[in-house]
Amino acid sequence: MNVLLKIETDITIQEALDFIHSPACGGEVVFTGKVRNDTKGRAVDKLFYEAYKEMALLEMQKIADEVASQWDIKKIAMLHAVGEKLPGEVAVVVAVSSVHRGIAFDACEFAIDTLKAKVPIWKKEYFSDGEIK
Amino acid sequence: MNVMLFGVAKDIAGVARMQLPEGIATVGALKAWLTTTYPAMQQLNSLMIAVNKAYAADTQAVGITDEIAIIPPVSGG
Repeated sequence: MNVLLKIETDITIQEALDFIHSPACGGEVVFTGKVRNDTKGRAVDKLFYEAYKEMALLEMQKIADEVASQWDIKKIAMLHAVGEKLPGEVAVVVAVSSVHRGIAFDACEFAIDTLKAKVPIWKKEYFSDGEIK
Repeated sequence: MNVMLFGVAKDIAGVARMQLPEGIATVGALKAWLTTTYPAMQQLNSLMIAVNKAYAADTQAVGITDEIAIIPPVSGG
């Protein structure tokens, strides 16, 4: 399985797609997480993402290893943005490709759920009313 | 300064780095020291500690040559 991991200020959906394309793969599943303009009814102006980058990349590699052990996925890309992000901007991309679609859905869901639970990245929300949390 | 703090743990302590306190020899002892020194850390849903870039159990030994990270609840994605 080929793996692309990236934690940078700017990430794009396209670079994940470009990485997972393969003539051997008939199924591609992409999850994109974007910055929302509200949290529980309160308006949000922007987010700031902080990462413990070296460990975060190691934890993302562990997720890729777990995916490879559970499913016959050919390629996986996991990208996470850091720094200031505005509503509508891309915060995270998980993309997988496989011969058929079924396992690609399963692997993609597992990867994003585990990333959110374990990878050391934090968001700070800047609310329109001035609170920062 | 071999202890790094992230997220809300950094905000509570007011510093991004600190030296491992004297007499602290395990992850569990460091957690107890943190929550005693900074009571607000008791309110966190979780407080994990990583040693040399991997999550560590309370029984794991720590020293001044280890890279230690204080990890409040993660919120990526």
